[in-house]
Amino acid sequence: MEMIEKIINGDRKVAAKLITLAENDFNQAQNILKELYSYTGNALVIGITGPPGAGKSTITDQLTKSLRKQGKTVGIVAIDPTSPFTGGALLGDRIRMQDLSTDQGVFIRSMGTRGNLGGLSPATQSTVRILDALGKDIIFIETVGVGQAEVEIVKVADMVVLITMPGMGDDIQIIKAGIMEIGDILVVNKADKEGCERLVTEIEMMLDFNPKSKWRPPVLKTIAIDNIGIQELLQEINNHLKYLNESGELEQRRQESAKKEIFDLIQEKWKEILSSSINNGFLNKIAAKIVKREEDPYTAVKKLSNILIHSYTQGGMNK
Amino acid sequence: MDKKKIRVLVAKPGLDGHDRGAKIVARALRDAGMEVIYTGLRQTPEQIVETAIQEDVNVIGLSILSGAHTHLFPRIMELLKENKVEDIVVIGGGVIPEEDIYELKKIGIAEVFTPGTNTKDIIKFIQEKVK
Ligand SMILES: Nc1nc2c(ncn2[C@@H]2O[C@H](COP(=O)(O)OP(=O)(O)O)[C@@H](O)[C@H]2O)c(=O)[nH]1
Ligand SMILES: [Mg+2]
Repeated sequence: MEMIEKIINGDRKVAAKLITLAENDFNQAQNILKELYSYTGNALVIGITGPPGAGKSTITDQLTKSLRKQGKTVGIVAIDPTSPFTGGALLGDRIRMQDLSTDQGVFIRSMGTRGNLGGLSPATQSTVRILDALGKDIIFIETVGVGQAEVEIVKVADMVVLITMPGMGDDIQIIKAGIMEIGDILVVNKADKEGCERLVTEIEMMLDFNPKSKWRPPVLKTIAIDNIGIQELLQEINNHLKYLNESGELEQRRQESAKKEIFDLIQEKWKEILSSSINNGFLNKIAAKIVKREEDPYTAVKKLSNILIHSYTQGGMNK
Repeated sequence: MDKKKIRVLVAKPGLDGHDRGAKIVARALRDAGMEVIYTGLRQTPEQIVETAIQEDVNVIGLSILSGAHTHLFPRIMELLKENKVEDIVVIGGGVIPEEDIYELKKIGIAEVFTPGTNTKDIIKFIQEKVK
């Protein structure tokens, strides 16, 4: 396939078009992504998450600059929330990454969450794979960490760097909100601001109470705008990568992610099959019966499921 | 299955001051359901074109205050051509004299919106151009 050839030879224009296709029409994109799959798996995927304004984009920019000096190529997927009311999104992460935009060793793509509650875009996984095939060594995924996003990001990233900052009022709430669970490395950015030391101490204390994993997340201080602490952060990323490899956890995580992906995709597939195989007239009839109390919804669903399962085991699965 | 969204790069080339106008337009486009990539101040034509390619935008909206449009716009059109990008609609906004607008349209700028233009007109223009 010509498109595949071009992407693995580094054609950023074709890569950009394929990302758009994955966002707009995933069914069609799958036909290409399946051919691309064998060219992926070489990049290290790092999730950068945390509350808005903590400095995720600034840190990603600084990390990328350091990696470029080491000769590494970088892909960045920067995700911002889509408005649930208008469907529009203001994607502003590039403001902090201006110097990177003409570097041919860097590819940045901004995306809206497009209705995904998890904070990731539905096309995030596809985009990561496209950038991987494009030859990027390290891929950063920047997402706003609120609630569910943290759980989502571990499906796609090999490791997660959690960024927070002092002075957010309810510091400790943010840490409690499940975020600690998924951060492999914890960063307190804006160390030039008041309250940094206290926040670090609080985080360390929480870690003392939660010694559940073999890996204790290091807690780092950075001043991203002045490029302070970035080398140390890179060092910790390397340490963690070493740990993931040596402990076999990287393998394990990737297998776990693959399992989740299969489950997600199969759910999507079945939703599609369902909505195309139950016709509306039939549905209306049952609904009318339910409203008149001639039938209850529980029994109706049970019956319907049996009919569907029966029809698919009779050879209707070739969809 | 088609979940196409219009993607717009709002950029502010040149060295002059603030980006109030660009931000107002960016928000209006977002509120009209578009995905707006906003890159901040002082973008070079090279940065703008490379960003437009990576982000695969349908539209580049350029906001210019100073008189720099006479060389910045042509340079951007030139770079787009060099990169064989033919499917991006380029529009401009700012204080631009009538006779210059004529010249800009000749080199391929789709439309120029002068101060006071209702953002609704910009939205409508984009929606009609991007099909
Ligand atoms: N004082 C201070 N400000 C910072 C630091 N890092 C980033 N910022 C600023 O914080 C704001 C938000 O940064 P950004 O990287 O966009 O945060 P994001 O929303 O998490 O991506 C910007 O105005 C940055 O310039 C820092 O270390 N110290
Ligand atoms: Mg950001």
